Amino acid sequence: MTVSNNVGDWLDIGPVSQISPGNARTLPVRGGEEIAIFHTLDNQFYALVNKCPHKQGPLSQGIVHGNVVACPLHNWNISLKTGEALGSDEGCVPTIPLKVDAGRIYLLRDAVIPARTTRKAA
Amino acid sequence: MEFQDGISPAAENEENIFMPPHDDREHLVVVGNGMAGCRAVEELLARDAGRYRVTIFGAEPYVNYNRIMLSPVLAGEKTFDDIIINSRQWYDDNGIELIAGDPVMAIDRAGRTVTSQSGRTVGYDKLLIATGSDPFIIPVPGKDLPGVISFRDMKDVDTMLEAAANGGGAVVIGGGLLGLEAAHGLTLRGMKVTVIHLMPTLMERQLDEAAGWLLKTALEERGQTILTGADTAEIYGDGKVEGVRLKDGREIPANLVVMAVGIRPSVALAREAGLDIGRGIKVDDHMVTSDPDILAVGECVEHDGNVYGLVAPLWDMCRSLADGLTDQHTGYRGSVTSTKLKVAGLDVFSAGDFSGGEGCEDIVLRDASRGVYKRVIVRDDRIVGAVLYGDTADGGWYFDLLRKGDDVSEIRDLLIFGQAFASGGGQADPKAAVAALSDDAEICGCNGVSKGQVVACVEAGNGTLDAVRATCKASASCGSCTGLVETLLAVTLGDDYSGERATKTVCKCTSFGHDDVRREIVAQGMKSIPEIMQKLHWSTPDGCSSCRPALNYYLLCALPGDYEDDQQSRFVNERMHANIQKDGTYSVVPRMWGGLTNPRELRAIADVVEKYNAPMVKVTGGQRLDIFGIRKEDLPAVWADLNAAGMVSGHAYGKSLRTVKTCVGSEWCRFGTQDSTGLGVKIERMTWGSWMPHKFKIAASGCPRNCAEATIKDFGVVCVDSGYELHVGGNGGIHVRATDLLCKVATEQEALDYCAAFIQLYREEARYLERTAPWIERVGVDYVKSRIVDDEEGREALRARFLFSQSFSQEDPWARRAAGEDAELHQHLAEVRPMEFAA
Repeated sequence: MTVSNNVGDWLDIGPVSQISPGNARTLPVRGGEEIAIFHTLDNQFYALVNKCPHKQGPLSQGIVHGNVVACPLHNWNISLKTGEALGSDEGCVPTIPLKVDAGRIYLLRDAVIPARTTRKAA
Repeated sequence: MEFQDGISPAAENEENIFMPPHDDREHLVVVGNGMAGCRAVEELLARDAGRYRVTIFGAEPYVNYNRIMLSPVLAGEKTFDDIIINSRQWYDDNGIELIAGDPVMAIDRAGRTVTSQSGRTVGYDKLLIATGSDPFIIPVPGKDLPGVISFRDMKDVDTMLEAAANGGGAVVIGGGLLGLEAAHGLTLRGMKVTVIHLMPTLMERQLDEAAGWLLKTALEERGQTILTGADTAEIYGDGKVEGVRLKDGREIPANLVVMAVGIRPSVALAREAGLDIGRGIKVDDHMVTSDPDILAVGECVEHDGNVYGLVAPLWDMCRSLADGLTDQHTGYRGSVTSTKLKVAGLDVFSAGDFSGGEGCEDIVLRDASRGVYKRVIVRDDRIVGAVLYGDTADGGWYFDLLRKGDDVSEIRDLLIFGQAFASGGGQADPKAAVAALSDDAEICGCNGVSKGQVVACVEAGNGTLDAVRATCKASASCGSCTGLVETLLAVTLGDDYSGERATKTVCKCTSFGHDDVRREIVAQGMKSIPEIMQKLHWSTPDGCSSCRPALNYYLLCALPGDYEDDQQSRFVNERMHANIQKDGTYSVVPRMWGGLTNPRELRAIADVVEKYNAPMVKVTGGQRLDIFGIRKEDLPAVWADLNAAGMVSGHAYGKSLRTVKTCVGSEWCRFGTQDSTGLGVKIERMTWGSWMPHKFKIAASGCPRNCAEATIKDFGVVCVDSGYELHVGGNGGIHVRATDLLCKVATEQEALDYCAAFIQLYREEARYLERTAPWIERVGVDYVKSRIVDDEEGREALRARFLFSQSFSQEDPWARRAAGEDAELHQHLAEVRPMEFAA
């Protein structure tokens, strides 16, 4: 499935049923950072850049517990709500505003599409 | 409970006075159906059950419940039924009349009657006031808005749960014990919680700055926002709470505000009756007020200038009160208090005076890596205070020394390391430490149970933790003293005690250790991770990355063929059936039985390397080939190609059997004594696919030259002329450990059988993520020998259980994925192509 040229502020990336609870799936962005979309066990959805602030591990592959994902590389715990590393670790990964409406997941367009300058460079 | 403004129906109608005709015992009327009132009655019944006729008035429409356990109810760890202290049955059995939901509004001392809100007037011979305390409401604008509550009774908890069901923000005003427990519960219930605390340090009455900071950090990690030094200006909202504004102008939106800034003795009723009031209702050592027929107990009283807001002093008061009412007059001498925070996973303890000052000497121990902070304050060779964070095991001991005022100069140097070191001459024996506690040392703070009571309970025939909990209630509430109670069982019963002390919990989500959890899974027949978390009172909604994989394994091991593996509880490698690398790609290791391969397999591997542009292929230490740089999307196709050449997963990614390393043995080697290669292949065929507590490596060497390095493997075979030496518990990792010799066997079949039995023993008894080396060092090689070598029947049973389990696990996970199972784990959700890139 390809998403492109959606009108409006929000990008529709498909039904919530595509991600089972406790899992995450990825959304590559041409010219931008890959996004990981999480579905927690208490049925919340979050979107983060798919890179741990520590060593860029793919957060989408970590174990999700509560509103936290444990990075698969070195077990840093990253808050899905804020993108911040928890505990004694320091660092933060960008979050992407997400909403669920009528069973579909939407991401804030401006946060997904690379900024104009990036696009020119690419 | 403020009564001034309420109606106060005097006993105008004499017929209203309640006087049953056939009971001429003295009538004790208790005002307050809370912890103090009921405990006083319990103490009285224990001394002289028939002496008084008892009537209890309660403002709340409930039986007597454990108010300090409202926090776990809020947190979802307990239900209201769990915290009931005395059921309706107890009132009936003891002939107590309970008038619940009808608070007493007035006392007529001259007529010796009380009158309730509903107008009921009851005469008394002795009156006990146990009205407890009222929450202090700070006088700011908006304090009366709907959605502003305190945290005092079951009704407040219900209001909080209702608010939490709608989510959103909550503000807790007050960062003391009660406020933090409320904040913890609301966070677990899914609310975004902000704690506003006037002082710079959380729980400043119990903690010093260092411990307060550790606590603040830990709470922030749990998602709470903690604002210290924050002064509330007003609570705003139109018709209901919408938020809190601070004096510095900050606004915190919230649809629930919990005021937990403190409590004040509830004295209105006593004041109206003209009793002497200071900060509380003034009582003497026998809890008698200025009226000799009126007694008072609990948080509403002032004794010797002190008022108390914790539960332990209450028990002391109730004992003295009951002694007095039964003419034994022991007298209450005041209490020294200690505090423990009931937030699971956070160990905080404080007792006595820690403000320092002249003549005080601080002894401090910090262990940053463990998050431990301990401080003991000594004056004139006596402990006057203690603050513990992160490791509170010695809290009871310090508190005991403090209360008794023991001279600690002899043990001063070791004091901070805890009782085991200080009184055990450097020997860290937890049993000796617990045995050394005095009989009146408090074991269970929730239920006020002393060491002497626990020991008496055990000696009366209650030989298990559950029996102790059911009988004397020790560790039956919050469970934080479970370890102490188990140790007391062990100390009291000696060799007769079969239980094991939980030394280390699985993770911060639980107070249970690995062995406890495994035992309970089997004992209670638990079948899923959520079930375990529910029944064993997990403090987090869905565990963490430490406990989920452990529970998943324990269930897999306990229920072969029955339990469905939970993918969400697998580390990435086990979920993806490949090894994640630092760039997020994977490496793929197909199985090569015993390290043997052939042209077809090698061609298939070569083709995969080229087809998927794998940047590197490497020979591993385990005698197979590792293909690097495979993207997660390509894994199923790679596996399909490898399957087509007859290869299956090598489980190089699993807490499972990895590889069986072999040398060429008697088939080719001029020194070889047996067919070690053939044996290795047979062992690998038998053991592949099995899930284990940790990774498991095997090797078979054809002679004592040991080219396969069998003596640093989890299970190693070294062939000799007369048979097979079987070695166990080796490790070539960070801590190199050579194997222990398990035994020598004569035949290849025996080598296989012993191997299967050993693996199953390890699978069933080692803790998750415990390799065979530390496991054997923990249980001792003699124990392993006794199970595998000496006990033929047991060995056979272990082997049979292993083979049964294997009948469900020897299915290639790659083949299933290649056929399309769990495709969502490998595919992207979608791809975003902005316009410029779409072409």
